[in-house]
Amino acid sequence: MSQEVALEGVTRRFGEFTAVRNVTLTIRAGEFFSFLGPSGCGKTTILRMISGFIDPSDGVVRIGGKDMRGIGPNKRPTALIFQNLALFPLMPVWQNVAFGLEVRGVGKAERRKRAEELLGIVELTESADKQVAQLSGGQRQRVAIARALAVEPQVMLLDEPLSALDLKLRQYMRAELRRIQQRTGVTFIYITHDQGEALTMSDRIGVMSQGVLQQVGTPLEVYNDPATPFVASFVGEANVFTGRIGAANGTLGQIETEHGIYTGRLGRGARSGEQAMLFVRPEHMRIGAAATAAQNHMTAAFTHAEFEGSFVNVFSEGGLRKPVVAQTRSDPSLLRLQPGEALPMGFDPTDAVILPFGDLARE
Amino acid sequence: MKQLVDRYGLTLTGAMLLATFVWLVGMVILPYLVMVDFSFRPNLLPADVGSERDHYTFDNYETLFRNEIHFVVFLRTLWGSALATFLCLCVAYPVAYFLAMMATPAQAATFLLLLVIPFWINEILRTFAWFIILAYNGPLNGVLRLLGVIASPVRWLSGSWGVIAGMVYAYTVFMVFPVYNAVLTLDRNQVEAARDLGAPLWRIHWRVVIPHAKPGITVGCILVFTAAAGSYIVPSILAAPGTRWFTEIIYQWFYEGQNWPQGSAYAFLLLLLCLVFVFGMMRIFRVGLSDIAR
Repeated sequence: MSQEVALEGVTRRFGEFTAVRNVTLTIRAGEFFSFLGPSGCGKTTILRMISGFIDPSDGVVRIGGKDMRGIGPNKRPTALIFQNLALFPLMPVWQNVAFGLEVRGVGKAERRKRAEELLGIVELTESADKQVAQLSGGQRQRVAIARALAVEPQVMLLDEPLSALDLKLRQYMRAELRRIQQRTGVTFIYITHDQGEALTMSDRIGVMSQGVLQQVGTPLEVYNDPATPFVASFVGEANVFTGRIGAANGTLGQIETEHGIYTGRLGRGARSGEQAMLFVRPEHMRIGAAATAAQNHMTAAFTHAEFEGSFVNVFSEGGLRKPVVAQTRSDPSLLRLQPGEALPMGFDPTDAVILPFGDLARE
Repeated sequence: MKQLVDRYGLTLTGAMLLATFVWLVGMVILPYLVMVDFSFRPNLLPADVGSERDHYTFDNYETLFRNEIHFVVFLRTLWGSALATFLCLCVAYPVAYFLAMMATPAQAATFLLLLVIPFWINEILRTFAWFIILAYNGPLNGVLRLLGVIASPVRWLSGSWGVIAGMVYAYTVFMVFPVYNAVLTLDRNQVEAARDLGAPLWRIHWRVVIPHAKPGITVGCILVFTAAAGSYIVPSILAAPGTRWFTEIIYQWFYEGQNWPQGSAYAFLLLLLCLVFVFGMMRIFRVGLSDIAR
């Protein structure tokens, strides 16, 4: 009961502006796939092209191998969950859920029965006769999911549906969505600007920037092996150093930065002699004695520390655009460091990735 | 009240309150009460006023049910106004929906202006324009014959059709604005959600747009119906002699019959008809006064 979705050279222009640029990608049947990117990156445009509300300027969208050109949103095997949910406020909950069945000419008794079953899946059986306005944010969320499931879609499209919820509920709903996806086996295509959501829920992620699909991969691949500086800086935190690539030795290479020469893994397209960027995750930065033992190290002036409970972020001068940050387990001695104090920092070559110079994600 | 006094002083506040009171009581409530009093009295010569023949009676109201011609006119006014209201809704709804949901703000502004401009011309001129259009040798018959739709001219102005056409033209704008305002507040995503769930166009409107626009539709229907039922100029110009409107009969009682009590009674019957329509609409559409006030 699920279908693959293929985008073949899909481009969408709005006047002079190109919202989506030549995206080619196959989303597998039964997969939980997320499009991740900042607002305005074109991810919603992609979703609306899959659902049929807008047509590609170029290229083809196929669902289950079938060309979707000329097929309206009401005829596609997709169901869309809107960012604001778009529940029908003038219908009771069960009629909302049963609306797709009503459209298909299902009788009233049967509609009611199916609506109750679906409300059972999302654990809202008691609310069938309530008005939408009486429900909490999380409950409305689940009604929207039930309403979309009612039409037995082969592809479920979700447009940042969790963005309006508070943190706790959002985390609960992430697990809930994942559970529903696994239980129903429907292909889920999820749009988000929240990397945490994308990383926790998805089988694969497509990272987008300015209409271009930057990288497609599992959460682990996207996080550990970013393909472009944008991905490296948008997904998770990263310390960035710039310089020129020097000697290369197999998968490792050297980069000459203003702080010194560091060794890191050579990423996609990184070649000797070219301008490049080195990315190190804060949790891979070491400080103190452990840093001096690491192959790459520097001495930086400590600026401040942020106590986050289970860990501490330690900041020091240097790095591109912002201070270098190291994330370490909470250690009371770190909080006694004085500003300006010399602090050894370092990292292992395998924890750093070198990529050709490019655009970073905006802060 | 205290705020008013603090802000404007005792004298000015008193003057404003007095003015409001005089206006409300002297110019609104009292004249109506006088008319109500008239409507329950027989039409007497000045000499008989105050005599024993001067007593309250339902006679003036009963006239309508005794006079078959007047009763037919009353019913015609009822169904004619209802039909004009329905036709106005049919014309205005698509326009309002288009303006609210599909047009760009600039297009909507231009369109609404174009709708309003004809109303800067007075009603008599507008109605006479229709008289000319619908005339036996008028442009409508000419165009239709040229196109081969009709073989010989049609007498559009016999019967009530001329009146209905004139009223739809004159009052559609009273329907467009409330419906437009109501549709404007509809979340576009709801239309898309219904479409995404497979709904064809008619069901989107029937289940999502119309329920949402119901208060606006109710207001529009009330405005058009009361305007149509109370219209004098349109029927007096566009109706055939045999198809009068109830307002014309009221006019005749007052000015030609010089029978004010009878005229007052008929006027209140028309008011009653309109009130029944207003509350009937509110019942049918399950809309409260507070919804309408929105």
